[in-house]
Amino acid sequence: MERDVDRADTAPIIDVHELTKSFGDKVVVDRISMKVLPGEIYGFLGPNGSGKTTFMRMLCGLLTPDSGSGTCLGHDLVQEPTAIKRSVGYMTQKFSHYTDLTIRENLDFVARIFEVPDRRKTVDEAIARLGLGARQKQLAGELSGGWKQRLALAACMLHRPRLLLLDEPTAGVDPKARRDFWEQIHKLAAEGLSVLITTHYMDEAERCHRLAYIAYGRLMTEGTVRDVIDQANLVTYRIEGPAVRELTERLRSSDGVGQVVAFGNAIHVSGEDPDRLTGILGSLLGTEQAYRPVPATLEDVFISLMKRAEDNYR
Amino acid sequence: MRERFSMGRFFAVVLKEFIQMRRDRLTFAMVVGIPIMQLVLFGFAINSDPRHLPTAVLVQDPGLIARSLVQAMRTSDYFAFDQEVATEEEAQALIERGDVQFVLHIPVDFTRELLRGERPQLLLLADGSDPSATSNALGAARQILENVLARELVGSNQWLRPEASSVELIVHAAYNPERISQYNIVPGLMGVVLTMTLVLITALAISRENERGTMENLLATPVRPAEITLGKIVPYILMGYLQAGLILVAARVIFDVPMSGSLPLLLAVMLIFISANLAIGITFSTIARNQLQAMQMGFFFFLPSILLSGFMFPFRGMPVWAQHIGEILPLTHFLRIARGILLKGNGPAEIAPEVWPMTLFAVVAVAVGLTRFRQTLD
Repeated sequence: MERDVDRADTAPIIDVHELTKSFGDKVVVDRISMKVLPGEIYGFLGPNGSGKTTFMRMLCGLLTPDSGSGTCLGHDLVQEPTAIKRSVGYMTQKFSHYTDLTIRENLDFVARIFEVPDRRKTVDEAIARLGLGARQKQLAGELSGGWKQRLALAACMLHRPRLLLLDEPTAGVDPKARRDFWEQIHKLAAEGLSVLITTHYMDEAERCHRLAYIAYGRLMTEGTVRDVIDQANLVTYRIEGPAVRELTERLRSSDGVGQVVAFGNAIHVSGEDPDRLTGILGSLLGTEQAYRPVPATLEDVFISLMKRAEDNYR
Repeated sequence: MRERFSMGRFFAVVLKEFIQMRRDRLTFAMVVGIPIMQLVLFGFAINSDPRHLPTAVLVQDPGLIARSLVQAMRTSDYFAFDQEVATEEEAQALIERGDVQFVLHIPVDFTRELLRGERPQLLLLADGSDPSATSNALGAARQILENVLARELVGSNQWLRPEASSVELIVHAAYNPERISQYNIVPGLMGVVLTMTLVLITALAISRENERGTMENLLATPVRPAEITLGKIVPYILMGYLQAGLILVAARVIFDVPMSGSLPLLLAVMLIFISANLAIGITFSTIARNQLQAMQMGFFFFLPSILLSGFMFPFRGMPVWAQHIGEILPLTHFLRIARGILLKGNGPAEIAPEVWPMTLFAVVAVAVGLTRFRQTLD
C-alpha cells in the first residue's frame, strides 16, 4: 500500500486499486481504481445499473470485493470492515430507517449503535439542526421524501464520521431542499469531511470538486469538471432556425455525428472529430443556416461517454 | 479485527424491538388471541372421551334382562338410545348413513337361551371408522353387561353368573383418576402455543429487516450478529411469559387443573424452552430469503412439534423412528416437564433428564443462527 505516512493530512481517505465485483457471471464493478482526498467532494456519476451502489457497498464493508485491494480511512477494506464502519456515514439509496419508529427513536437507535458519547445531547442537537423539534414524535414512515432524506442524512452524521458515502441522496427531493443539502455538504467538506456522492443531476455534478463517470462497471473518466470536459475532446455546434427539426433526423443518421440534442428552438450537435463534423454540417446546411461552436457541457460529455461505453462493452 | 460484544449496542436492539413490538398491534393481538383461541378449542371443544353417542336398538326379545341392559347402557352416559329399529336391514342402513354410531341387537329368544345356560349372543355393531370415537364406549360396554348380569341373575339363576376371576386386578389411574382430558391438554397447550407463536414471530424478525431494506443500514454500522440476534430474542421472552401466564391462570381458574408441583420451577425451566423456540425462529430467519419463506419454515417446524411431541397422540404409541424425531423437539420435553410438575408434582431431580435436551437444542439453534447470519449483502 503506497500510503504517504509523512503527509498524513493529505493521505487519501479512499484509496482503492482494481476493485472488482461480480454477481453470477455479470461483472458489476470492473477493476475500478480511485482516490478521494480529505475535504474533497467526489461525485460519482453513471447510468442506472452501472455499479455505483455496488462500489459504495464495497467501500463500507457491506460487500466483499472479488479482487483488488484498497483502504478506506487507512483501514484495509477486507481485513478491517468494522473499523471502517465506525468512521463512515453511509446513506442508502432507499430510505432504510425504521418506518415504525419516530424520528427521535430512529436517531436515538443509531446513536446507541455507534455508542456516541453524550448521546442525548447529540440527538437533541441533530433534531434542532433538522428543525424537527416539533415533529420529533412523528413516525418516520409518515414523513415526506424530502424529510426522510434529511432524517437519513442527520442519522449518518450522528457519530461524526470522517467520510460520508451518499447514494443518490437527492433523488426525488425538491430544488430548495437540494440546495440546502449542498450548502451543508460544502460546509462539512470545508471542515475536513470527505464525501463520495452519487447523483444523476448535472448541476450537482458541477458542484463536486472532482468527478468520476462509470458505465458497465468501468471507470470512463475522472477529474475536475474542467478535466472531464477537456479529456472528452468533444466539439459542439449550435444551430438555430426554423428547419432544425427536420435536420435532426438527417444529422443523427450521419456517420461522424456523436449526438444531436434539442435545446428549445436550437440543437446542439457534437462529435469527436471537428473536421468531419464541420464537413457534414457544411454539406447539409448550405450557406443560409448558421452554425457556431459552443463549449461542450458536462451532459454532452456524459452522453457521449455512455454511447462509447455501449459500443465498447455491451 | 474482531469486535467485542457490546452491552450498549445489544441494549439498543432490545429497546428498538420493544418499541416495534408495542406499535405492531396485529402481532400483539395474535400473541394474546392465539392462547385464548387454543384454550377454547382444546379446552372446551375437543374431547378425547366422547359420550352420548347415538345408538339404535333392535330388540327381538323384550325380556327383563334386555330392558335392564339398555337402561344400564344409557346410564353409563356413553350411549344415547334415540332410535328403535325393527329389522337388521334398517339397522345396517342407519350405520351406513352415519346416523348412529352403534346398533345393539338383542336377538330372538335371548332371555330363554340365557336362562337355559346356552351362552346366547348379543351383537353390538359399531361404526368403527373412527376408532377413537368408539373405543372408550366399547370398553365400557363389556363392563356394563357384566354388571347387569350380576344384578339380574339372582336366586335360582345365580349359577349363570360369570365366574369371578381368580385374581383381582386393581387399577388406579394416578394423577388424574377421573381421566379428565383437560388436565392433560391444558398444560400441554402452554407448550404448543409458545412453540407456535414464538417460532413464527422470530422467524420473521431478520427476514423483515432484509425485506424492508433496514438490514443494509444496520450492517453498515459496527453492530455484531450476536447483538442483533440476542437483542431480538430478549423482548420475545417476556412475550412468551405473558402467554404462559395467561394459560396458567386459565388452567387454574377455568379448568381447575391441579398444580401440585412448584410453579417457580416450571417458570424457570420455561425460560429454556422459550429460548429454544426463539433461537430456532431466528435461525429460520437467517436462512429464509424473505418473510414468506420464513413463515413456511416456521410451519414446517410446528407440524412435527404438534404431532410427534405427544400433545395430540400418545408418545408411546408412535413407532421408534417417530419417537426419535420427537425426542429432538423441545416441545416433547417441555410437555413432560409441564405435566410432570403440574400433575405429578415433579421436582428438579425428576425433570432433569428432560431439561438438558431442550438446552442442547437451544444452544445448537443459536450457534447455527449466528454462523448463518450474513454480515454482508453478498
